[in-house]
Amino acid sequence: MANPLKIIKNGIIDENPTFVQVIGMCPTLAVTSSAINGLGMGVSTAAVLICANVVISLIRNFIPDKVRIPAFVVVIASFVTIVDFILQAYAPSSLYNALGLYIPLIVVNCIILGRAEAFASKNGAVASFFDGVGQGLGFTIALCVLGLVREFIGAGTAFGVQILPETFPQTLILIMAPGAFFALGMLMALFNYFRNKKA
Amino acid sequence: MSYVLLVLAAIFVNNYVLSQFLGICPFLGVSKKVETAAGMGAAVIFVMTLASAVTYFVYNLILVNLGIEYLYNIAFILVIAALVQLVEMFLKKSSPSLYQALGVYLPLITTNCAVLGVAVTNMQRDYNFLQSVLNGFGGAVGFALAIVLFAGIRERIQYNNMPKAFEGFPTALVAAGLMSIAFLGFQGLI
Repeated sequence: MANPLKIIKNGIIDENPTFVQVIGMCPTLAVTSSAINGLGMGVSTAAVLICANVVISLIRNFIPDKVRIPAFVVVIASFVTIVDFILQAYAPSSLYNALGLYIPLIVVNCIILGRAEAFASKNGAVASFFDGVGQGLGFTIALCVLGLVREFIGAGTAFGVQILPETFPQTLILIMAPGAFFALGMLMALFNYFRNKKA
Repeated sequence: MSYVLLVLAAIFVNNYVLSQFLGICPFLGVSKKVETAAGMGAAVIFVMTLASAVTYFVYNLILVNLGIEYLYNIAFILVIAALVQLVEMFLKKSSPSLYQALGVYLPLITTNCAVLGVAVTNMQRDYNFLQSVLNGFGGAVGFALAIVLFAGIRERIQYNNMPKAFEGFPTALVAAGLMSIAFLGFQGLI
C-alpha cells in the first residue's frame, strides 16, 4: 500500500479535482458566492466521497463487472440522502438554503463516481479511505479559496466578517453568476503558472 | 400564455448552464467543436424532455403513494440511468443514423447534472405534468443553445496567442463568464 500522506498530497496538489482534473465543476461554480457556502459544500462532498470510497472498496469483489456503475451510483445516492438529512437537521438553515438544490446533486458529482471507478474499485478499504480524504480536502480547499476570493472582492467580507471598510466600492459582479467563471478562470491560470514554474 | 413564458424563462432567463451552473462538465468537456456540441445538445434535449416526463410519473405515482418521497434521489438517478440505456438500445435498433450521430454522447448524459437537476426542480416546485415536460424541454434547449454558441467561440480563440498559464480551461472559463454576462441581459425579459 502506498504511503497515506502521499495519497493525500496527491489529491490536494498533483491531482487536485478542481484545478487539475477539472471535474465537479457545477457545485464549484454554483455555491462559492461566499467562503462559508464553499466550505459547507466541500465538507459535505468530502463526507460522501470518503464513505462511498470505503464501502465500494469493501464490496468491489462481490459486484459483477457489468452492473458496477449502477451499484456505485446506488451506494453514492444513499450516502447523499443521509448527508442531506443531517444537514437539514443540524446545519444553520441559511447554509442549507444556500446549498439547496446542489445537495441532492452531489450524486452526479463526477469526482465521486470518478474516484469510485478509478481508485476504490481497484484498491483496499484503507487506501481508499485516504484517497477520499485527499480528494475531499483538495476539493474543499479549492471551494474555500474560490469562495473567499469572490466574497472578498465582491462584498469585502471573509467568512461573513467585514474586512474592507463598508464605503469601499464593491464589485458585485463577482458574487453574481459571471463572476464564478471569471474567478475560477483566473485562479486556474494562477495554479497553472506556479505548477509550470515548479516543473 | 404562462406555458410559453415557462419555456422562455427556462431557455434564456434561468439558463441552466450560464445562470444555474448545471451541466458544466459537458459544457466545458465537449465544446471544442461546433458539430460535437450540436450532437451533445440534441442528445440532451431528447433525454431531458423524456426524463422530466418519466420522473414526474415515478415521483407522483410510485414514491408519493408509498410514502417514500425521501428516496427521490436514489429513484431519480436510477430512472435516468435506465432511461439513457433504453434510449440507446432503442435508437440502435430503430434509427441507426440517429444513433451514429448521438451514440457517444448518450452514456455521458447520465452524469449530466442538468438532467437530475431538472427532475428535482420539477418536484420541488410542484409542477404539473405539462409544466414539468416544458421546463425540461426549455432547460435542454437553453443548454443546447449555450453549448453551441460556446463551441463557436472556442473554435475562434483556439489558435490565439496567449500566456501559457491561460491556455485551455482558464480562457474557456473567462469566455463562459462573458457569455454569462450577456445572458444576464435577459433577466428583465420576464
